[in-house]
Amino acid sequence: MDAQTIIARRVAQELRPGNLVNLGIGIPTLVANYVPAGLHVYFQSENGLIGTGPIPEQGMAHPLLTDAGGKPISALPGAATFDSAMSFGLIRGGHVDLTVLGGLQVDAGGHLANWMIPGKMVPGMGGAMDLVSGAKRVIVAMQHAAKGKSKIVARCNLPLTSARPIDLVVTDMAVIAFPGGHATLLETAPGVSIAEVLAVTEAEIAIPDDVPEMKL
Amino acid sequence: MKAVSLEEAIAVIPAGASIMVGGFMGVGTPERLLDELVRQRKSNLSLISNDAATPGKGVGKLFDGAQVTHMIGTHIGLNPKAQQQMLGKQITVDLIPQGTFVERIRAGGCGLGGVLTPTGVGTLVEEGKQRIDVGGKAYLLETALRADFALVQAFLADYAGNLSYALTARNFNPVMAMAADTVIVTAEHIVPVGVIAPDHVMTPGPLVDYLVANG
Repeated sequence: MDAQTIIARRVAQELRPGNLVNLGIGIPTLVANYVPAGLHVYFQSENGLIGTGPIPEQGMAHPLLTDAGGKPISALPGAATFDSAMSFGLIRGGHVDLTVLGGLQVDAGGHLANWMIPGKMVPGMGGAMDLVSGAKRVIVAMQHAAKGKSKIVARCNLPLTSARPIDLVVTDMAVIAFPGGHATLLETAPGVSIAEVLAVTEAEIAIPDDVPEMKL
Repeated sequence: MKAVSLEEAIAVIPAGASIMVGGFMGVGTPERLLDELVRQRKSNLSLISNDAATPGKGVGKLFDGAQVTHMIGTHIGLNPKAQQQMLGKQITVDLIPQGTFVERIRAGGCGLGGVLTPTGVGTLVEEGKQRIDVGGKAYLLETALRADFALVQAFLADYAGNLSYALTARNFNPVMAMAADTVIVTAEHIVPVGVIAPDHVMTPGPLVDYLVANG
């Protein structure tokens, strides 16, 4: 199983019946492929839709029905459309149960940086800051390290997305939560030892007595 | 509401004007109005739009010919030309959170001085802004945003200027239609009064100044 699949499958286990969920671009988008059978959740696309469905079949795409990246999507039975003020009212107002976002860095206190690398990458924050500020639960789905460098850092040196800590980060090596504002290892990926996780984790991280493997 | 030709509609926009343009990555964008802004070579525009779309699409067309000098938006990462012009300091860009962007426009259209939002507290977005505590929670004061012109794309427009929008092409259009001195609309379909039932009107006709005729 490749890194992205491990992450997406594990994050999908966090979905609960009836959840209203917003998935960010990149790895988070893949989570929709692993919704457990029989579990009904609603996916929101922040450009104005609840009830996003898969990529339409050949010839069924509509130019006015797209995801937040402008790519054609479908709408499921029961879908609803709305303007951007309502879309972000849903997000900021605590109506979105769960958001899954990509990350550049997550620090020991659960702070996320994911929108800017000063001088290098300044695309704009889009909806990320509102999602982290307003969703009931925030999960970050990202690789544990990039080019051998830990993305789970002691303290973010990139600009923060929100002062509010996230709830959970799922990587290709581990699941980490932040109870009381301290990074705590909850699970390791299949075949990955705690020592291997610690070797690529810059942040100080608490290790409980029992750290099970992810069940994928 | 006045029905006008495409050429007449864009002719009322002077160089240096501020324009709000509906659309999200070019979806729900009034493409004909943008083509005409390019054809009439309107310059020094202040653009208020969610994103910069992509080169050759939506508001992206305005960056191809360097017609924008200032932009307020939330994301320009998918338009390399806009990125280059920003990094090369040919244009200035204010990047703000998307929820804040739409609420500032909503405030501008609804007679509010601004809104209080928790988004951005404790981040770079807070710089230069007033932090206000309400009930023990911190908010930023984000001021209202208006423009000289709103360029709006509807799905249906009737002869009275009532508008409705389709699917994810609604996005910022109805909010912007409230927040500009002059509102210019193109529609996928222009239909007789009554086709849009009163309950389904999303932007009431009196908000529309110019409806661009088909053709």
